[in-house]
Amino acid sequence: MARKKKVTAKVISQKQIAEQIYDLLLETKLAGDAHPGQFVAVYPKGESTLLPRPISICEADKDKGTLRLVYRVAGKGTAEFSTCKAGDTLDLLGVLGNGFPVEKVKGKRVFLMGGGIGIPPLLELAKAVDERKQILLGYRNKDLFLEEDMAKYGDVYIATEDGSVGTKGNVMDIIRAHALEADVIMACGPMPMLRAIKAYAAEKGIEAYISLEERMACGVGVCLGCVCRTTHKDAHSHVHNARICTEGPVFEAGEVAIDK
Amino acid sequence: MNTETGKDKAISTEVTIAGVTFKNPVMTASGTFGSGMEYSDFVDLNRLGAVVTKGVANVPWEGNPTPRVAEVYGGMLNAIGLQNPGIDVFLERDVPFLQNYDTNVIVNVCGKTVSDYLEVVERLADAPISMLEINVSCPNVKEGAIAFGQKADSLYDITSQIKKKAKQPVIMKLSPNVTDITEMAKAAEAAGADALSMINTITGMKIDIHRKKFVLANKTGGMSGPAIKPIAVRMVYQTAQAVKIPIIGMGGIGSAEDAIEFLLAGASAVAVGAMNFVNPYTTIEVVEGIEAYMKQYGIEKVTDLTGAVE
Repeated sequence: MARKKKVTAKVISQKQIAEQIYDLLLETKLAGDAHPGQFVAVYPKGESTLLPRPISICEADKDKGTLRLVYRVAGKGTAEFSTCKAGDTLDLLGVLGNGFPVEKVKGKRVFLMGGGIGIPPLLELAKAVDERKQILLGYRNKDLFLEEDMAKYGDVYIATEDGSVGTKGNVMDIIRAHALEADVIMACGPMPMLRAIKAYAAEKGIEAYISLEERMACGVGVCLGCVCRTTHKDAHSHVHNARICTEGPVFEAGEVAIDK
Repeated sequence: MNTETGKDKAISTEVTIAGVTFKNPVMTASGTFGSGMEYSDFVDLNRLGAVVTKGVANVPWEGNPTPRVAEVYGGMLNAIGLQNPGIDVFLERDVPFLQNYDTNVIVNVCGKTVSDYLEVVERLADAPISMLEINVSCPNVKEGAIAFGQKADSLYDITSQIKKKAKQPVIMKLSPNVTDITEMAKAAEAAGADALSMINTITGMKIDIHRKKFVLANKTGGMSGPAIKPIAVRMVYQTAQAVKIPIIGMGGIGSAEDAIEFLLAGASAVAVGAMNFVNPYTTIEVVEGIEAYMKQYGIEKVTDLTGAVE
């Protein structure tokens, strides 16, 4: 894995692509280190907002040296990022975490499942997976984003909570509505969705790799803020906790005790 | 002696605490630097005065449920709950890692009972470490830790028991969550503590008004970061007036200017804590900034700064 660095990135462009959702393109040498499912920590400039914000990598162009981040404005830090314009700079720490194990898809039918702001990391993953992909995306309503980018790399199925586009419900309802099947799942989204995917994968006897999130401080495995309960003792911590920022954010669903 | 340039008039950043010599007065605050492995990507550990490790107990501790951290204005709250792999793993993995570096290793020791602390202290007796830092001030665990650090007689008792067993000099890490920190400092000194480190985090709370819930699963957490620095500087100053043993000062240090405030207030050394999370290079910037300050003001020995506030 590439050595982690703190770098200053240049904003190439930014646009709002849905309600509270922003699409930020950065020029940074970190692009060369990125693997699907990894993230960067972005530093707000405000004196009162100290901690870097973990944001998943949506796309990395190694040749152009660019990272695309698609994020939701959730608080003061991300609100500040949303005001960045071309030519501005942002400090980044990265690249962080272990991404999706792309090799696990080889020769298999795969679901890429994303819910809400969990969708962005699936784009780089969709590009990295050669097999035919069934891409299942869940949104709240017709305010969709990234669905057109995703369509370039696989068969996109959409669900909306209000039924305004595609299947009414969530990504699990897509599987039922279209009688889809897969041998492996890669997913990122809200915890109830990941729990449902874990249960579905266990029932079908297939592997599922899920990307988790948690409030974190350092982003590099020091502070032990962002741990997730694990079913077995974690090799680093020697207790039933793994660091989402370091061992994760992607875990095999059977390894993590996310069931409520 | 430590001169990076060598050309200027020689300056010495060396400090000695309880017979242990440090190449400079800059350390890491326990719990913000692990055992140095993760930040060795960013920081040459050889350039630090000491690495102070995350607290280690006699057995592995799971820590608290998440969320464990929250940002607050100018700082953060944490309620990690001293998750640690236990002394066995620490001795097999972390101590050998740190032996690769030319820096002092200070091991932070935590426990639920006095005998837990003593067990860790005894297990460390033959380990190649410079000092012990006794955590009697973590606000995030229900048993032990802060319970020993908020009453002068309890603190006296645990300090004297640890001093009887310890093979290395003992630093008692004090909590600011007390009525008068100098009473605690005097109790630790009277019980034989070789040095003090202060301050640990200040107990705080954050509430999510939209969900009407506590942000931290533990409800309360320890506050750290730049917002607590004036409190820490004041407490170091008061304590330096009250005791003769050396003080390692910490609380919101993010720059050499911050560190120098602590030295002038009476600290012999300083530690960088939460600001490591903000800027992984903070420790090195503090080392370099102190050297620059000494050159700027013609100060030959960093020890001349300790308590020099007028």
